[in-house]
Amino acid sequence: MKSVAHSVLNMAALRGASYADARLEQIRNRSLTTKNGRVGHASESETLGVGVRVIVDGAWGFAATADLDRESVEATTVRATEIARASARVKKQDVRLAVEKPAVAEWTTPYRIDPFTTSVEQNLEHLLKIDGEMRAVAGVTLAETGMNFQRDESWFVSSEGADIHQTKYSTGAGYTAYAFAGSEIQKRSYPNSFGGQWQNRGYEQIEELKLLENAGRVAEEAVALHKAEQCPEGVFTIILDGSQLGLQIHESIGHPIELDRVLGMEANFAGTSFLTLEKLGNLQYGSELVNVVADARQEHGPGLGTFAYDDEGVEAQCTPIISNGRFTGYLSSRETAHLVGASRSGGTLRAECWNRLPIIRMTNVSILPGEKPLSREQLIASTEHGIYMETNKSWSIDDKRYNFQFGCEIGWEIKNGKRARMLKNPSYSGITTEFWNSMDAICSRDEWVLWGTPNCGKGQPQQVVGTGHGASPARFRNVKVGTAYKGS
Amino acid sequence: MLNQERAAEIFERIRRFASADEVEVLFNGSRFALTRFANNTIHQNVEEENAVASIRASLGGRTARASANKFDDESLKRAVAASESLARVQEADPDLLPMPSPEETDADKNVRATQKTAGEGARATQARATQNRFFAQTAAITPADRAEVVGKIVGIAEKRKLTTAGIFSTSESAEGIFNSRGLSKWHTQTLAEVSVTMLGADSSGWQKSNSPDVRNIDAATLAETAARKAVESAGPREIAPGKYTVILEPAAVLDFTGFMFWDFGGLAILDQRSFLNDRIGTKLFGENINIEDDVCHPLQSGSPFDGEGMRRQRVSLVEKGVVKRVVYARGTAAKMKKSEYAAKVGSIEATGHGFALPNEIGEMPQNVVFGPPANPQTVEQMVASTERGILVTRLWYIREVDPYEKILTGMTRDGTFLVEKGKIVGGLRNFRFNESLISMLSNVEAMSVPVRASGEESFDMVVPAMKVKAFNFTEVTKF
Repeated sequence: MKSVAHSVLNMAALRGASYADARLEQIRNRSLTTKNGRVGHASESETLGVGVRVIVDGAWGFAATADLDRESVEATTVRATEIARASARVKKQDVRLAVEKPAVAEWTTPYRIDPFTTSVEQNLEHLLKIDGEMRAVAGVTLAETGMNFQRDESWFVSSEGADIHQTKYSTGAGYTAYAFAGSEIQKRSYPNSFGGQWQNRGYEQIEELKLLENAGRVAEEAVALHKAEQCPEGVFTIILDGSQLGLQIHESIGHPIELDRVLGMEANFAGTSFLTLEKLGNLQYGSELVNVVADARQEHGPGLGTFAYDDEGVEAQCTPIISNGRFTGYLSSRETAHLVGASRSGGTLRAECWNRLPIIRMTNVSILPGEKPLSREQLIASTEHGIYMETNKSWSIDDKRYNFQFGCEIGWEIKNGKRARMLKNPSYSGITTEFWNSMDAICSRDEWVLWGTPNCGKGQPQQVVGTGHGASPARFRNVKVGTAYKGS
Repeated sequence: MLNQERAAEIFERIRRFASADEVEVLFNGSRFALTRFANNTIHQNVEEENAVASIRASLGGRTARASANKFDDESLKRAVAASESLARVQEADPDLLPMPSPEETDADKNVRATQKTAGEGARATQARATQNRFFAQTAAITPADRAEVVGKIVGIAEKRKLTTAGIFSTSESAEGIFNSRGLSKWHTQTLAEVSVTMLGADSSGWQKSNSPDVRNIDAATLAETAARKAVESAGPREIAPGKYTVILEPAAVLDFTGFMFWDFGGLAILDQRSFLNDRIGTKLFGENINIEDDVCHPLQSGSPFDGEGMRRQRVSLVEKGVVKRVVYARGTAAKMKKSEYAAKVGSIEATGHGFALPNEIGEMPQNVVFGPPANPQTVEQMVASTERGILVTRLWYIREVDPYEKILTGMTRDGTFLVEKGKIVGGLRNFRFNESLISMLSNVEAMSVPVRASGEESFDMVVPAMKVKAFNFTEVTKF
């Protein structure tokens, strides 16, 4: 690594770069799936390369190569400087970076069991047992399971003197039971849909997820949904489980607080944000119970957005985003921090891989649990009438992040504080700030889980990274329900 | 850039390192560059070069894959060992086929050459040559060339007092497949793409285009059109949601209809996860809907072989609104023939649409072409014939609400207009829709000549603009 770093930094200086950094990264993945009693796929991948970022003539250039020979790395650095010079031909002002003390550090995700040391045979056996439990339920027409491990080792060096070596591990697992009958396909997933639960941990997470213990129940629910009544349309009190609330945070808080979106940098693809700069400190984003942080530090938990340093060498931080309902912070980078009057980056610049330019991404954007003890069952018991919804099925939000609609896999009507009939196809919709201002209860720490969203896409070329979202079940009043099926 | 000769040499080394019964290697190499602009300035500008060898080992009915982007002996040995060890621990799959021979991957050519009869079978699988999709002019584009084009787009924005954001990307790529039965196929291609958003104080407009040949991209016209949309949609008014006649420009049709093609594969039927379960052979859409998959279509792009090296065939999927058949990977076709659904799904044969093995999806059409209408209309003609309706430039964040009725939700974006008495009368606040694809394709009143369209939710297709009655908008947002 040292020779690659020196090649980049020396050549960048020779070619007139006022700033340069190099990020050498090696990622190893293992992915295992099963489907209806057989292995779906078993695969491994490794990728290694270096991305070079430079500022020349006040503009950015980035080039990346998998070829780590000195000649190739130098040529890639020269290319980055040429690209920066081309960028400078269409610029309004020079790039300005917030001051950051160069860090020299070494860090590894705390883990108990390196997932890559576990036996593939046992991993598959575990998944096939789950698969068997699901297919033992009459009416299940498709059972799918999956397990994923990743090891991401990176070395970051900069012309300012940063030298950071990080190794991050993540694991994920989950499954879904499908039931097709008549003119309906219903499904139930555990622990979450679209890939299950993911965290930056070792294999110990898989052991703690109680995957096998829940397989039969989940499969039975998928089949039972066919006999459930359609979720009614109207305005209701709703309670969301933690995983659904995690996605609600992701879409209606996490994305709009990205400063690059706010500043128009994502206008062509991901969109902009309703959170224009004058709203900082002034907008009542939610009710007084809503407290949200963007926290990349290990003490927040092992989320997919947990690290020691971001991909431009800024130390992990906790930024208050919403404090007692008031909007208090954006996700920022060294380039954008000064635009909100900050003297330092919030440390949220992240890249998918060595071949991608780091951009502002969510870290762990989490709602803090309620301070008074409140379990999910107590929350339901305190609700006279409403609908409890669990596990995301569909999600959509406009390009400024105002209007959203979510569908869930399953719902239950709440009557007089008790779960009553099961409801199929529950959905709800609303306007972001109206929705968060309608939150009147949130469960306490015992119910709080740091959920992982492994598939967040953003940027051009698009980059997919994992984000974390701590949440516990919460209640919202006067929410529009059932619009997804209106008029169909 | 990785070339076929180098790939063949790497494959020979992999073959020597392998102890599996059979081995297959997929190669992907690319040089990709993208200049990104926003706020009338270039703010990101990137280039990368990479190549990956993805190795599949197969032994005794078990298969697995491992990939690497380093081609020294040690890295390749490690990937070979990983693929073999992942395969060895599995139970044998009695449905796993041997890897195809070179003859099998092109076998349909000979069969079809002797097929004289008209009708579905012959039309479905005519052998035709793929067009050249590599253009030196595209590969030669430099960062300075891209900056010059961006400068012109910014100039158009500033002239109209707008702010612009977008991209100009160029790439050259290679894709190849080799296997131990002697298969060796290679495809190279270039692609140039421009996407432009123009932003006013309370409005926006958008256009996007791509082509293997950069000379087909008219960035200035895209920018002018996006700017006109931003200007004409300024001061958007709010109207109540409900069922409206809509005129969907090709990008909107693309992103909406693209969702259904994941269900047009044999494995989706076998898994009972397709909205075509129990519906193949039925008239599901309007009489005016014809859809085929054709990698050789002059407006299409991509390689002429699938994830196992099978030649991609031309397949007629929908004729006069009737779903005729779905596409198949080799293994899926063999399974379908033995299944309880065999008599109900139309023609069953490997069509060259499989994903790389092993996978859970099976296959899907990826070179979709909508048939031309009998009496094509331009968007302007559709507007002129509309008493009251909504013109939609683009759809956004489309997700599936109901997998069998194929209800999709999403938003309009970047240019939504009210049409009254045959004229565009101004911009509208954006809507959320919840609409069934089946209903939508049953309610098409007019279509344009199909064009190559590119969006953000679907793979590129050749689609027309469509005028659709009773499109279901359920909510309005705040802008």
